[in-house]
Parts: sequence; C-alpha cells; structure tokens
Amino acid sequence: MSEPVLSLNNLRAGYGQTEILHDLSMHVNANEIVALIGPNGAGKSTAMKSVLGLLNIREGSVVLNGEDITNTPAQKVIERGISYVPQTNNVFVNLSVQENLEMGAWTRPTGVEARLDEMYDLFPDLAEKRGQPAGSLSGGQRQMVAMAKALMVDPKMLLLDEPTAGLSPKYRSEIFATIQKIKNTGVPILIVEQNAKQALGASDRGYVLVDGANRHTGTGAGLAADAEIARMFLGGGH
Amino acid sequence: MWEFVNYYFIPGLVLGCIYALGAIGITLTFGILRFANFAHGEIMMSGSYLTWTVMAIAAGAGLTLHPLVAMVPAAVMVILLFLATDRYFYKPFRKEDTIKVVMASFGMMLIIRSAVQVIWGPNQITFVRGIAKPNATLSEITANWGLQIMMPNKHLFIFAGTIVLVIALGYLLNRTRIGKAMRAVSDSPDLAHVTGIDVDKVIRATWIVGGICATAAGVFLVMDTQMLETTMGFRMLLPMFAAAILGGIGKPYGAVFGGLVIGLAEELSAYPWIGTAPLLSPGYKTGVAFAIMVVMLIVRPQGLFKGRSF
Repeated sequence: MSEPVLSLNNLRAGYGQTEILHDLSMHVNANEIVALIGPNGAGKSTAMKSVLGLLNIREGSVVLNGEDITNTPAQKVIERGISYVPQTNNVFVNLSVQENLEMGAWTRPTGVEARLDEMYDLFPDLAEKRGQPAGSLSGGQRQMVAMAKALMVDPKMLLLDEPTAGLSPKYRSEIFATIQKIKNTGVPILIVEQNAKQALGASDRGYVLVDGANRHTGTGAGLAADAEIARMFLGGGH
Repeated sequence: MWEFVNYYFIPGLVLGCIYALGAIGITLTFGILRFANFAHGEIMMSGSYLTWTVMAIAAGAGLTLHPLVAMVPAAVMVILLFLATDRYFYKPFRKEDTIKVVMASFGMMLIIRSAVQVIWGPNQITFVRGIAKPNATLSEITANWGLQIMMPNKHLFIFAGTIVLVIALGYLLNRTRIGKAMRAVSDSPDLAHVTGIDVDKVIRATWIVGGICATAAGVFLVMDTQMLETTMGFRMLLPMFAAAILGGIGKPYGAVFGGLVIGLAEELSAYPWIGTAPLLSPGYKTGVAFAIMVVMLIVRPQGLFKGRSF
C-alpha cells in the first residue's frame, strides 16, 4: 500500500493547559474521502486545527506526503498544500465571490485566471454571482464559495470542518455531491461531521473520535452499519 | 449667498478634506489592526513639521519647494515612524487585550508630541507667510457664469490632492491584490490567517497607506492655517474619530464621507442662520463634531456605511 497523503500519529494537543487530543492517530490516502465523527467536544475540530498549526502539539507528529509538518504555522502549511475550510465565518462577507477566490489563491499567485475558470466550472452557481458580496449569498452558496476559495491553491489535501452544519437537507445533499466531485478531481478530503450518518455514507473510510482518541475505524459503510456506533452517535435524528 | 459659499461652505469642504484624509488612516487601523490609534493626530502633526523642515532645508540651498513636493520625503519619514512604532510599541501587544495597545498608542501620542516640542520648540511656527489671495483666473472664469467664487490657490491644491488620494485609495482597495487583502483582513483576521494571507504584510501596507494620508492631512491643514503648532494633531483627533464613526468603522469611503460632513457641520454651525450673530460661537466648533459622534454612537453605532459596531 502506498504512503498516506496526510497522517496524524499519536497526537497529544490542546489549548494552553487544557489537553483535548490525548492519543489520536489517523491517516488519509490518495483519492479518499475520510470522515471524522464523534460526539460534541470529542476534539474533531481540534484535530483539524492542530494540522493547521493553530494550537500546540505536545507529542506526536503530523506528516504530509512524508514531510513532517508538526507545529508548522498556518501560512506555511497552506503553502505546502493543505487547504482548510472552517465551520463558521468561512467567507469574507464584504468581498465579492471572485475576490474571495482570489484571496484563496494568496499563497499561489500565478495562474489565478485559469484556476478561477476551473472553479466556475466546478461550481456553476458561483459563476453568475461572481460580482456579488459573499455576505449576500445563502448559507449553502457561502459553503460553495468557501470550498472554491480553499481549492484555489490546487491543494494536495482539503480539510472541511462541518460543511453541512445548519444547512437544509437539500443543500446537505448538494454539498456531499460537490465533495464527491472534488474528490474526483484528485484531491483527498478529510471531513469533520456532526451529521454522522450522511458523512459516513459519502466517505470511503471513517474514524470515530471519543474523548480525544480514536475509538473505532472502518469503511464508511461499515461504520454506518455498526450497531454500537449507531446506538452511541448516529441516533435516529438524521 | 456668495458670502455663505466663500466663507462657510468652501472652508467647510476644505476642513472636511483634511478630516477625511486623517479619518481614512484611523478607520483602516481600526478595521485591520482592531484598535483606536490615539497617536494618529501626532503622526499627522509630525508629518507637517517634517514637510516644513524639508522646505526650510531646500530654501537654504536656494530652492523653493511647494509643500506638495516637500510632502513626499516627509511622507516617507512618517511611514518609517509608523512602521517603527508598530514594530516596537504595538506588535508586542497584538495578541493581548485591545486596551493594552490602545494605551500604548496613547503613550505614543505623548512621546511624539514631546519629541516634536524638543526638536522644533513648543511655539507656533509660520508655515507660509502672507495673505492667501483668491485665485484671479478662477474668479474671472466663474464671474462669466454669474458666480462669484473666491478660492485661494491653497484650497485648490487641497481639493485636488484629496481627490487624487481618494481615487488612488479606491483603486488600491478594489483593484490590487494587497488592497483586497486589506479588506479581507478587515473583514475577518482569523479567516485571513487560515487562508494563508500574509497578515504582517497587510499590516505594513495599512501603515503605509495610513501614513501617506496622515501626512497629506497634516500638510493640508498647515497649508490652510499657515501655522505649525504642536497641539494641532491632538485638536484634529476628536473630529477625525467622529468622522470615522459617522462613516462606519473600517469603511474608508465612510471615513471620507464622514470627514466632509463633520468639516461642513463645524463651519456651517458658525453661519448666522438666525439673525446676524453666528448660530454657534466658532469656539464651539469642536463641540459640533463631538455632538455628532455622541448622537451617532447612540442612534446608529455601526455608522452610515454599516461598519463594525463597538
């Protein structure tokens, strides 16, 4: 089996004195969508932020394509090819859609025009709204802008933090379809989701995170079918 | 009618231009670095002293420099001063509570003013001698249209300079990469950080733009009053903040609009609207700016252009 694109090895990390991740190990292979699910406060978003160098990793390592990027500042991580879409406030509301995408390309300023055209092909809804302020768009459209913005650097790896939070079921399905399209362009995706059932259904593999450590690992479909996990996290709600 | 235009309205616009340019720097600093920079007025003031010094040195060498020319090297020095104060006095507090960097800027205000008083002395200095006569050509042309507009050259230069700077600012913010990044950081510094935008570079650009506008504002002020005073920056501070708040914090066009409104309101408040005495004694001009600021903060704290509210 080939080397994973991104791997987190025995991570211990947190904010200040508080440790949130106690022993997290996971990886994402090429051409894979991997879901990270778990209850509130399990450390799902923290795991993503630790990759971006937004909080201090005390032990363990983050490796991108064989290169150690543990505790590298966000700007350098992005330059090396990891793009991140935060859960909230993920677009510049006062900038137009196109300006948002241009800002996404900050660390890769060449070939922006061609990249913009590719994004408008991938997200046709955005093409006609390119001049509008991102703040005037609906929640689902903003999420599209946020993903397109993250893809502007032609990343080796895309991190999505709860891309469907607060969206209507129609938009949720649309977002998952788009994620599939992004994967087909050759970008592996790590996705953190509260909406576990749908996320696992759309993913190749999944990790269940409990109390800052990975508890279960398996294929997306396998985890979704697991009786214990269903009882613990999936509930009947979604 | 023409007395109103020539002695109240045009001077109001001139003052408005000066406030507008000063308020641009304040609103950009507030939007991008997220703090109220109390030293902004002093930076303006030191810019005009530096301009005067450049002109004096040139005069010593037998050269007569127009203030708008002498302003260029002065602006470079002001920018260096801005960058140095940021590096040594503001940056160390960037990750701390905002109040610390505000207090640092308050300290900077006192340091700069005292330094100017040590170097150039505490007394008034004449910037330009003589009475500014109205531009004869302009009076002639407008007279042909039945207008009696009287404007001295200095006011024409101030209008032209302000228009050029505001257009250049608009181009920078809407058409250039760094300008768009300035708007992005003003929008959300956290998102800018995880987008990979070089926030430190954006902050430097902010000081450069603020420094150019502040120098211009300071020089335009002394071109208008023909007088250098070490307290002039502080006197400008309140109306400039009022202009920034009126327009909406973080909105450069709002600051320009706010500056013009405050400048006009201050001058027009002294017009004899009722009877023959000034409506408000000219001594209360600053009070007008203060009143507008207070009302605005109560009624519409986000400003006319929907900036950030406190």
